[in-house]
Amino acid sequence: MRIVIEKRQALSRTALILTPIISFFVSLLLGALLLMASRVNPLETYAAMVRGAFGTWSNFTETLVKAIPLMLTGLGVSIAFRMRFWNIGAEGQLVCGGIAAAWVALFWTFVPEGLLLPTALLVGALAGALWAGVPAALKAYIKVDETLTTLMLNYVAILYSQYLYYGPWRDPQGYGFPGSALLPAMAWLPRLTGRVHYGVFFAVVVAFVLWFVFTRTRWGFELRIIGENQTAARYLGINIARNIVLALLLSGALSGLAGAAEVTGLSRRLQQGLAVGYGYTAIIVAWMAQLNPLAVLVVAVLMAALLVGGDQVQMMMRLPAAVGLVLQGMILFPMLAGALFVEYRLRIIRPQAVDLEPTPTAPEVTP
Amino acid sequence: MTNQPEPQAILQMRGITKRFPGVIANEQVDVDLFPGEVLALLGENGAGKSTLMNVLAGMYRQDEGEIYLRGEQVAINSPRDAAALGIGMVHQNFMLVPTMTVAENIILGLTEVPFVPDMQAVTARIKALANRYNLQVDPHAYIWQLSVGEQQRVEILKLIYRGAEILILDEPTAVLTPQESRELAAVLKLMTAEGKSAIFITHKMEEVIAFSDWVRVLQNGRLVAVKRTAETNPQELARLMVGREVLFRLEKQLAVPGPVVLELCDVHTRNDKGLPGLQGLSLQVRAGEILGIAGVAGNGQRQLAEVITGLRKATQGQMLIHAQDYANRSPLDLIRAGVSHIPADRIGMGAVGNMDVADNLAMKGYRKSPLSHLGMLQPQRIQEFARKMIAAFRIATPSPATRVKFLSGGNIQKTILAREIDACRDVLVAVYPSRGLDVGATEAVRKLLLEQRDKGVAVLLVSEDLEELLSVADNILVLSEGRAMGCVPAATADINALGLMMAGVSQPLTVN
Repeated sequence: MRIVIEKRQALSRTALILTPIISFFVSLLLGALLLMASRVNPLETYAAMVRGAFGTWSNFTETLVKAIPLMLTGLGVSIAFRMRFWNIGAEGQLVCGGIAAAWVALFWTFVPEGLLLPTALLVGALAGALWAGVPAALKAYIKVDETLTTLMLNYVAILYSQYLYYGPWRDPQGYGFPGSALLPAMAWLPRLTGRVHYGVFFAVVVAFVLWFVFTRTRWGFELRIIGENQTAARYLGINIARNIVLALLLSGALSGLAGAAEVTGLSRRLQQGLAVGYGYTAIIVAWMAQLNPLAVLVVAVLMAALLVGGDQVQMMMRLPAAVGLVLQGMILFPMLAGALFVEYRLRIIRPQAVDLEPTPTAPEVTP
Repeated sequence: MTNQPEPQAILQMRGITKRFPGVIANEQVDVDLFPGEVLALLGENGAGKSTLMNVLAGMYRQDEGEIYLRGEQVAINSPRDAAALGIGMVHQNFMLVPTMTVAENIILGLTEVPFVPDMQAVTARIKALANRYNLQVDPHAYIWQLSVGEQQRVEILKLIYRGAEILILDEPTAVLTPQESRELAAVLKLMTAEGKSAIFITHKMEEVIAFSDWVRVLQNGRLVAVKRTAETNPQELARLMVGREVLFRLEKQLAVPGPVVLELCDVHTRNDKGLPGLQGLSLQVRAGEILGIAGVAGNGQRQLAEVITGLRKATQGQMLIHAQDYANRSPLDLIRAGVSHIPADRIGMGAVGNMDVADNLAMKGYRKSPLSHLGMLQPQRIQEFARKMIAAFRIATPSPATRVKFLSGGNIQKTILAREIDACRDVLVAVYPSRGLDVGATEAVRKLLLEQRDKGVAVLLVSEDLEELLSVADNILVLSEGRAMGCVPAATADINALGLMMAGVSQPLTVN
């Protein structure tokens, strides 16, 4: 008996849906081994995680709070990845958006009060766009490798934000705590329930708009062609450089919007806790969602649940903090590996019945 | 004769059936191969020739049927098994590592190679084998330095080095010049004289006649005929292959050329390595005329097509369309100027394999109504358009939603042709449009080119098939090292004179 992996002739919807689910259970099994090695009961731990993420209304809202930036950055990253542009700078783009939004809210006193919040969000998105646009232009016009530039710009943005809230922007009434002054209330992004802010609407609207753009517009059609085959795109008269820059401006703008929403909706000041890795987790979200904007929404909630649940496990099961993170990685691994089965399938070949008769002599030749 | 016992076959395949999801690639196919003989496997694209040979070479496993080698049943589960049994295959796409030398490629993957191979001994043996079979190639050369013909020699040497007794060649001449094809035939003769045997896959009748002792014809995965080559003729083979009579000579009306549409004046280009490509090429194509471009591959044909379609910069010179200079304009500008392009690289450039047939057909028309409106695609219109094109160009596809990479080569080409011809207004640049296509598809392609000509399009046809140029083109221009060696009317062109020009002798000479 042999097992072969072969490419699927057509995309299977069943596989598309079943694969992540089965992968998820495999993940749980692997995680259970790790937990048993740490001498805790895996079932209890998982139960604690689920309770931590969804058990109470307030826990659930916390999960949503973390899901919002994951959705927006995940959407941003998936646009870039569709173009085969490896934007791993969503973290920096998010921070830039946060800085810009705080800047507008704190210092743009000339903006009419009613327009302060929209302006802050818009400028935040623009700042994120700029932060992604620079590496995009470098890549598109002079072929500078984007993985390095986008990654490096993360540190620039993160360190600059620290400089601002430790230095010139530090709140004089802040008792020496690092962080800017509280933003004026006119610049606060309203909240729905708990700490869940309106960013969740942005994410959902953006996801549907992106889905529409990719499947129904001329521009989306061009982006799909560029993502699949750049030689063909050039031959078909599509301007690749310009489209990469445009797509990356959009990608960065979404991460910037995520940062702006975090600052105006959650912390309401520029302070520590903005750069906590959403931009990196977004890469995983984008891949797990197979770059499908609507799936990003769902996956972002699951990832957020993992983050919130993991924190809860640390507290309730008294596991070291690292175990929570290892567990998250453990759960991701099979999910990503499982993606293989969407494009490929296993086929089991049974051994053929072997003739026990003496080897036949050469059959006659067909005339 | 009939009563004489047949010689013992070295290889027998019996009742081979191979299924792929949704397709039966081979159904109950039998093959007999005799020592010292060449068997031609003839069939259209998608007839199942390559699949059958991949089964023999261990790339696929048959679903039903047995394989006997020298009368004994064998199981071939991997290319390694096949190699151990003395079966080797030269694939259509060569399996060589470009950055390694000939000698390194030849010993690559051999099981008995020591950790530090004795390259001197290896080289000596390669040289000896190369001399014996007249397969001249420098063992120290890197693969990327070699021409396609030389790479093929390396592939054959690789098999002989490994002791192959049965060679399988998958469309070996598709990439060769006529000269190289003749050399290959001589190599096969030398090998069969020593008792080795070969199976070669082809869809060209002349090659069957020139190369083989036996021919087996496949149609839709089934064996439809077994003939001794000496007892058949191209006409009969063609009929067996496609199941109907084929027009070998196209019905062609006299061209009615109009005004000059496309004109190149002293165009120079550089190739990807920065070396001179086209060197002062000038030519004219009139409306309603097909200008054929002949030449050995790599003498500037591709660059010519790329300059005209905006994909390559001209370092000097003018490129006029309707007397307006379009040199160094963007590909989009040239598309808008009415230039269509059937590129040499179908899958790499002409189509997007992961997108479906309907999308691929829409890739030129999507910018305008009715396929799009105010920046929005019109999915229903795109589907309608696709169904219309699929019917008009007889594209064999399960549905418009099938991804193009699952179509056969001929149908991918038809998809590209449909899109390009539909979008074509003034100039059609076709590069090797019938390469690798079967008789039916080749005929369809040539007819379409003539139809465009008769509609008043200026057609530039780059081909390596002189027969094709002579039968389709109105005038033939020969390129050699980026220069025009001469331009002659196809009706009076002489193959020998063209051959001389292809070899770089300018001005057609009259041969006595």
